Amino acid sequence: MSSSSILNTNPTHEVEQTTCLNVPNHRWGMWWFLGGEVAVFGGILAVFILFRLRNPEWAQEAAHTLTWVGSVNTVILLTSSLTMILAHHFVTGGGAQGLTLEQRASKGALFILLTNLLGISFVSLKIYGYTHEWHAGYTPERSLFWGFYYFMTGLHALHLIAGLVANSVVWVNLMKKRNLQRVESVGIYWHFVDLVWIYLFPLLYLEVSSGG
Amino acid sequence: MSKKQSFLTKYIFSQDHKVVGVQYMILGLLMALVGGYLAYVFRYQLAYPNQSIPGYGVLEADKYNSAVTMHGTIMVFWVAMPILLSGFGNYLLPLMVGAKDMAFPKLNMLSFWVFFVSALTLISSFFVPEGAVGGGWTTYPPLMANPGFTGVGWGAPLWILAVALEFASMLMSGINFLTTTITMRAKGMTFFRMPLFVWMANVASLIFMFSVGPLIAGALMLLADQLFAVGFFLPEKGGDPLLFQHLFWFFGHPEVYVLLLPALGIVAEIITVFSRKSIFGYKMIIYSVLVAGVLSFLVWAHHQFVSGIDPRIAAPFGLTTILISVPFAITMFAYIASLWGGQVRFSTAMLFAISMIVEFLLGGVTGILNGATASDIYMHDTYFVVAHFHYTLFPIVFLTSFAGIYFWFPKIFGRFMNETWGKIHFWITAISANFVFLPLFFVGIAGNHRRIYDPSLFEHLKDFQYLHVISTIGLFVLIGAQVPFILNFFISMFKGKKATENPWEANTLEWQAPSPPGHGNFITDPVVHRWPYDYSLENTEKDWCPQTEAI
Repeated sequence: MSSSSILNTNPTHEVEQTTCLNVPNHRWGMWWFLGGEVAVFGGILAVFILFRLRNPEWAQEAAHTLTWVGSVNTVILLTSSLTMILAHHFVTGGGAQGLTLEQRASKGALFILLTNLLGISFVSLKIYGYTHEWHAGYTPERSLFWGFYYFMTGLHALHLIAGLVANSVVWVNLMKKRNLQRVESVGIYWHFVDLVWIYLFPLLYLEVSSGG
Repeated sequence: MSKKQSFLTKYIFSQDHKVVGVQYMILGLLMALVGGYLAYVFRYQLAYPNQSIPGYGVLEADKYNSAVTMHGTIMVFWVAMPILLSGFGNYLLPLMVGAKDMAFPKLNMLSFWVFFVSALTLISSFFVPEGAVGGGWTTYPPLMANPGFTGVGWGAPLWILAVALEFASMLMSGINFLTTTITMRAKGMTFFRMPLFVWMANVASLIFMFSVGPLIAGALMLLADQLFAVGFFLPEKGGDPLLFQHLFWFFGHPEVYVLLLPALGIVAEIITVFSRKSIFGYKMIIYSVLVAGVLSFLVWAHHQFVSGIDPRIAAPFGLTTILISVPFAITMFAYIASLWGGQVRFSTAMLFAISMIVEFLLGGVTGILNGATASDIYMHDTYFVVAHFHYTLFPIVFLTSFAGIYFWFPKIFGRFMNETWGKIHFWITAISANFVFLPLFFVGIAGNHRRIYDPSLFEHLKDFQYLHVISTIGLFVLIGAQVPFILNFFISMFKGKKATENPWEANTLEWQAPSPPGHGNFITDPVVHRWPYDYSLENTEKDWCPQTEAI
């Protein structure tokens, strides 16, 4: 990995960049933050799984979620993780290509933009799914499964929207050739949001009946 | 660092960790006045039921519930947390590790202002229709999940919002503490040369960070129950009220250690300086605290022994609860051993630190009775429990904060607080606190349930009413004793005796910086050669040896 001093292109940065174990500040900070986030989603997932085991009949409810929406969204989100990795790949020098600062920033910006477009498609499709399910009568009133469904996917969507905002800030930075190291931070976060979805998709969309 | 700063950027929207720390402390002390006023109101009601309370009026039953709920909430989340962890942590941690500032100064400023908004949100809930929430500080559903039960329209969601904001603020602080400690240490400052306070603040941050998540989830689910009647915690909708208790206490019990650890750190620093002796068992204390940190995640269900959890689960939780007292007993004994044979200087700070150990001990040992399932089933939800946790939290929050304030005041403001008034403050505070809380053990054993509005209505409690009166009079004295402190604090800020760089002859790095330190802290970057506890070494002229000194 390249060191932070190469990436830190903002000379007015007030606090000097320091590292420990060759890990720069911003990466430590992001990992600690995600540690806290893991506890949030870990708690929710544990609670849902316990309820799910207690209520085998929720398999029938899960059958009514729009599986195709969930599946397409899974593909979209996984692809967006790829574009995010490419953004990071280019801002850190593009492998053996030896890119200039301008090239690194502009290619990084392009892939951040692609990531955001995919993220927006995810949210749009999610909203379509919500309205469809809600109008078909699958509201939290129906059963607690739907309470969990809207709560868990809603919290995930809020995290994703926060990621979109952060990505946009970094995109503006990249257009001004500044703060290239921030791509890594938003990248780590984006992958985390992706990972949470990998848990939510099978738990909420796939019809798993217990005991066959 | 010589950039010109306006008043606004220097004292209000400051990114300087020291200003942020002092902001946290002062806001915490202001909130303590609110929490203390609420205590005065409901203790008056308990001692003299249904009489008009001077400065309030007659306390109705629902307002009584609000008062106790908000007292608990404020004292834990808006007094203890900001003063002990965020206040002292922000001020001291970068100085103690020899850094110029926090790793993320902007995040630090944001953390304070989020905290400020959370405090406003909480206070505003007193003034909304139907008033502040009255469901107890644990906010158990189904009482709290159903607006029909609490009779509180706005108070409950506002409470959740305020607590959520407060958690966000503390998480930001925690990220800063951990990153700063890991990456910003001065040259030569290895992990095992860090002062104990730095260790404690970091372990506390870690515990907070990994325990608060499930409660954030639980709070959001509770909010969904209140606003949209989803029913996560309502049995009639397939939910489970016990679930909230698990989520709450999975955080709630580690939270106790989030408060205790910084307090133990403060006491450790003060005890070594004023006994002129190195700390006893430095590494042993650190390992004990790490073990306690892990164990703190495995004790939560001891709050639920009578909630209908499986007895097979209760037994192991009783065991871990008794186990966790071992590392803290080790720490306490290490502190007492540090005093042993020292040349103790009884400054006000030292008196408060010693009184913290003494009074906390009583809280610690009565905890065993609550941790053991057999006695807890009898004690549960009585005043015995109230007395127990006040004997832990009062020393942790107040005695320790006072010790820390008297000790670091010369560093923070460059002037001493008045020692004579400090000692008057100390003796009245330390003694009257026992009059407030000791009687509650006895009313608790006599069977006084902790949420009773008017104890005089119960035949079996009539003979014990005098204990409530003693407790309340003790509280009047305790609150009165804070007047000299508040005056001393503000007068000394401007008129106190000027302090030098290192007035207490201490070793840790903050005493190598000017008093008060400027933005950027140290004049020259410190280089560390030793641990912070070299006092009374042989063959040296002075009896202390700063961390920056090489022999």
